[in-house]
Amino acid sequence: MRYNVLVMDDHLALYKTMLLIRRFEERMLSEFTTGKLVGTTHAYIGQEADSTGIFSVTDPEDVVFSNHRCHGHFLAYGGEPYRLAAELMGRTSGLVGGRGGSQHIHWRNFYSNGIQGGIVPVATGMALAEKIRSTGKIALVFIGDGTLGEGALYEGLNIAALWKLPLLFILEDNRYAQTTPVEKGVAGSMSGRFAAFGIPVWERETTDVLDIRTAADETVRSVRSGSGPACLILHTHRFSAHSKGDDSRTPEELARIRLFDPLTIHGARLTSEDCSRAEFEVASIINDAFFRADADTFPVLGNQVIRQTGKDDS
Amino acid sequence: MPTVLDSLNHALHHALELDERVYLLGEDILDPYGGAFKVTRGLSTKFPERVLTTPISEAGIVGVATGMALRGLRPVAEIMFGDFVTLIADQLVNHASKFRWMYNDLVRVPMVVRAPMGGRRGYGPTHSQSLEKMFLGVPGLKVVAPNVLGDPGELLAAAIADDDPVLFVEHKQLYTRPLAEEGKGDLIDFRVERTGGAYPAFTLQPADRARLTIACYGYNFETARTAALDLLMEHEVYVEIVLFSQLSPFNLEPLFSSLARTRKLLTVEEGTLSLGWGAEMAACAVERMDGLRVRRVAALDLPIATAKSLEDAILPSVKDIVNAALSLV
Repeated sequence: MRYNVLVMDDHLALYKTMLLIRRFEERMLSEFTTGKLVGTTHAYIGQEADSTGIFSVTDPEDVVFSNHRCHGHFLAYGGEPYRLAAELMGRTSGLVGGRGGSQHIHWRNFYSNGIQGGIVPVATGMALAEKIRSTGKIALVFIGDGTLGEGALYEGLNIAALWKLPLLFILEDNRYAQTTPVEKGVAGSMSGRFAAFGIPVWERETTDVLDIRTAADETVRSVRSGSGPACLILHTHRFSAHSKGDDSRTPEELARIRLFDPLTIHGARLTSEDCSRAEFEVASIINDAFFRADADTFPVLGNQVIRQTGKDDS
Repeated sequence: MPTVLDSLNHALHHALELDERVYLLGEDILDPYGGAFKVTRGLSTKFPERVLTTPISEAGIVGVATGMALRGLRPVAEIMFGDFVTLIADQLVNHASKFRWMYNDLVRVPMVVRAPMGGRRGYGPTHSQSLEKMFLGVPGLKVVAPNVLGDPGELLAAAIADDDPVLFVEHKQLYTRPLAEEGKGDLIDFRVERTGGAYPAFTLQPADRARLTIACYGYNFETARTAALDLLMEHEVYVEIVLFSQLSPFNLEPLFSSLARTRKLLTVEEGTLSLGWGAEMAACAVERMDGLRVRRVAALDLPIATAKSLEDAILPSVKDIVNAALSLV
């Protein structure tokens, strides 16, 4: 089955998806201190409205290429929290058997890789393949403000525009590339970069999931119409550190951006009973995910490829 | 005899005919130009929908090919000059070659990247190199090089049929060379043994007992063969040649079999000497067998100059091979 498939008009479902991402990421960060997680990770906390809004208007069969900060994309896409938790914990039952970890996951038509920019030409080729095979699917690729510094991005933009490919560029500008603020990393205009290639841009400065969903719906329709690639620029806020502890922002700034919490903004549209029930349900899903994952085996090198149920759990 | 170019061109025609999932991508590959080295000539006329000319974007080309391969197509990308593989390094190393393993074998990346390498044409420092050594030993990536003895078209067809990414290294000097046949021409005195599967190795044994083994691939089979004849005619030294088609990952059993007879190894390559293919061959050989003697012939550790006198001095010559061989026996 797919998890958290959203109904367009279901405000509660949007809230629950955002809450699932938030609580999953919080739990994940806390498990580093218990030693159940090692290595590094990049939390999506603060940006939940982006992927939640976008995946509420895409088709389940669309192709997604995500980046290092992929958990929020994956959960909004409909991915299973348990398989993701198991992957983060390096277990056999993980999405890719523990080989990929936080940044390198694959499930159904969802792919992620931890290389900035380089994923864009790959996503461009995926869009080309879908166009060639007339599947009606579109490809989505998630980039950030930091990605704008990478050359491979512009090769992908050029080719996608030249060949009118069904590719949606989603630029999540969380205003920092690791610790480098946009002012020190990005010259000129973000939207102008896409406009220069003749790619239409939808640009929103919001963390309201409904606004994002509306803009995403327009961009997805544009791409699906066959008129070529489109771009959705979402100016947002990352509440947590780039990865785990590397945050050089001031406490004042961190407090200020918390005012843009997408859960607070959208939660105001719901009853407190609904919010409480959502908390309860999400807590149960996440407890179950981490509890089950923790009981699973560690992969052993040399065992024949561990082909878990990723392909056929529908 | 058809040339290497004919063979490769024919193989691409055949691959496009045979399998509608095959697509070609590259710079200036459309007719009437047909590619910088004409390997793709005629293809865009016959298959206009499946031969895609691209902007000058090598990373873009290989990235797009990778995405196509992940989604069920079988792209063949041309990098106009092999020197430009530096521009596709991230796409090959961090994307195409990683995906299958990193995604726990759930995906395949059936993609070929063709790259004309090599010098001896006076093209200078950035259009003459043999950079394949930078991609040897990359997990998940096969590096394959045609030669005149194995059928180059057959080798390319095997690469296209491969479920994993293949970097297909074509030495520019080979394009106009006719294919060689066992028992004919300058191969008349060699017995040829083919081993391995789709990317075979060839062991050439002379009539009499050989005193050393030359290991080579691609174009340097030409120089090695010439040197072998010179060694026989001028110095009465018989040599065995082990000619590889697959450079990485490798199966060195044919080399070990030959070395069991000769105990002396001479490697020949056109990449720079230090930390190269020959160094790895030599290391593997001495790890396997005691008491071997080894020499490497390769390009000097310099950029390749444009002036012919300098280029000739920098790249490995027949004379270099003969001298190294004589120092071993």
